[in-house]
Amino acid sequence: MSSVRVLVGTRKGAFILTADGKRQHWDVSGPHFGGWEIYHLKGSPADPNRLYASQSSSWFGQVIQRSSDGGKTWEAVGNQFAYDGRTGTHLWYDGTQRPWEFARVWHLEPTRNDPDTVYAGIQDAALFRTTDGGKSWQELPGLRNHPSAPAWQPGAGGMCLHTILLDPSHAGRIYIAISAAGVFRSDDAGTTWRPMNRGLRSEQIPDPTAEVGHCVHRIAMHPSRPNVLFMQKHWDVMRSDDAGETWKDVGGNLPTDFGFPIDVHAHEPETIYVVPIKSDSEHYLPDGKLRVYRSRTGGHEWEALTRGLPQSHCYVNVLRDAMAVDSLEPCGVYFGTTGGQVYASADAGDSWAPIVRDLPSVVSVEVQSLP
Amino acid sequence: MIVRVVLPAHLRTLARVDGEVKVDLEGPATQRAVLDALETAYPMLRGTIRDQETKRRRAFLRFFACEEDLSNESPDAPLPEAVARGAEPLLVIGAMAGG
Repeated sequence: MSSVRVLVGTRKGAFILTADGKRQHWDVSGPHFGGWEIYHLKGSPADPNRLYASQSSSWFGQVIQRSSDGGKTWEAVGNQFAYDGRTGTHLWYDGTQRPWEFARVWHLEPTRNDPDTVYAGIQDAALFRTTDGGKSWQELPGLRNHPSAPAWQPGAGGMCLHTILLDPSHAGRIYIAISAAGVFRSDDAGTTWRPMNRGLRSEQIPDPTAEVGHCVHRIAMHPSRPNVLFMQKHWDVMRSDDAGETWKDVGGNLPTDFGFPIDVHAHEPETIYVVPIKSDSEHYLPDGKLRVYRSRTGGHEWEALTRGLPQSHCYVNVLRDAMAVDSLEPCGVYFGTTGGQVYASADAGDSWAPIVRDLPSVVSVEVQSLP
Repeated sequence: MIVRVVLPAHLRTLARVDGEVKVDLEGPATQRAVLDALETAYPMLRGTIRDQETKRRRAFLRFFACEEDLSNESPDAPLPEAVARGAEPLLVIGAMAGG
C-alpha cells in the first residue's frame, strides 16, 4: 500500500510525519536537530530514502544533514558555501552597496535522476550545487554575476534565493526566484541567466515594471506542463504560459492577493492553491479565518476551502515553502503555519484536518509519496 | 599536550559527544591550534565555531578559560598555562541572545 512522508522544517527542529495512503492516522517523529532552525528538508526523487536538511543557527551557522534511511538517522555533510571568484556587492537597505555574505541555505532541490546531485538556494542570493551527496558545494556563479546583480536588494527576510524549479522536459532549464530581485531562467544548466519578470508590477520599487527588483515569494509548475508557471508575488498572483517570458495577473476574486506559498495539484495542471494573507504589513490571515483558495481554472476564479480549518480568531501565516502536494489519488495537499499546525487534506483541499497542532513555527513542508 | 574543551550543548549533539572533549596538540596551545585539532577530530564542527574561510570566531560565540574572556585575544596568543596543561578547560560558550 502506498504511503506518504511529510517533512516539516520549523524554527526549532525538524519533524517527520508519516501515514498510509488513506492519510488519516499519522506517526510523528521529532524533533530532529532540536533547537536549530530547519529552513528546508527535501527528499530525492531518485531515492526517496535520501533526504537532505538545511539546519542553521544564529550561533553556530549552517549545517547540512543527509539521511539515507528516510530520516531515521542523519549525518552532517559539507557546509561550506564559498562564493566562486569575486564576491561583488549588492544594494543594501540604506542605498549603499554591500558585499555578498553567506547567511543560510533556504532551499534544497535534489535532482530527478541522481540522489547525490542537489541544488541549494542561499542567502545572500546565489545558487550552489553538489554532485557528491553534499560533501562539497560549488556555486554556479553566472547568476550572481548577472549584470543586474549590483541592483538586487534584500526583502525583509534577507536576500534569499528561495525557489528552484528544474524543468523535467528541457535539459538544462532551471528557474530560480529571489526576494527581492525576481525570477531568472537558465537554459544552459546554470551557466547563464536571464531575468523573467516581464508583466510583473510592483508599486514598492521606483519603476514598477523594472526588469529586476520584484519581491517574488514563490513560483510553481506542474511537471507535465513546464512552460506554465504560477507565481505568488509580494502582492499579486501571476501566471506565465510561455516559460516565464511574460506574466499576467490571475488574482481574480481572491480576498487579497498578498501571500507566500503557491502550489499545483499533482494531477490537474490547472488546479492551483494559495493562502491569502491580509497585507504586507499584517502577515496574518484576513478576518481571522484560515482559508486555502483553490482555482480549478489556472487562476482568475477562486474558491475558499474552509472545511476543517479554523474560521475565527486565527492569525497565523503560511510561509513560502510551507505548502506541498502528494501524488496519490486523490491528491493530498499539506501546509504548515507559523502557529505550529500542519494541516492535511486527502481530497485535494475539499476538507482538512490537522496532523499536528503545536509544533514550533513551521518554515517548510514537503511531502514524499512512497510506494 | 592534552587540552580539554567544553562545547555548548548543541555542538556536543552535533559532534555526538558527551561531556568534555580532549584534543592532543603537538605545538603551543593557542585558540587556533585547539580549534584546528577539534575540527580535524570532529569535521562536522567546521564552520560552527569559526568561519571556514576567514577563521574568524562566529559572532555569538565566546571563548572563556580560567574565569577570563579570551574571545578577543589573538587566535595565536598562548592559552593560559592551566589550559595548556589540562588543569582547566577551554569553554566555548553560546552568547546570551535570541529565543
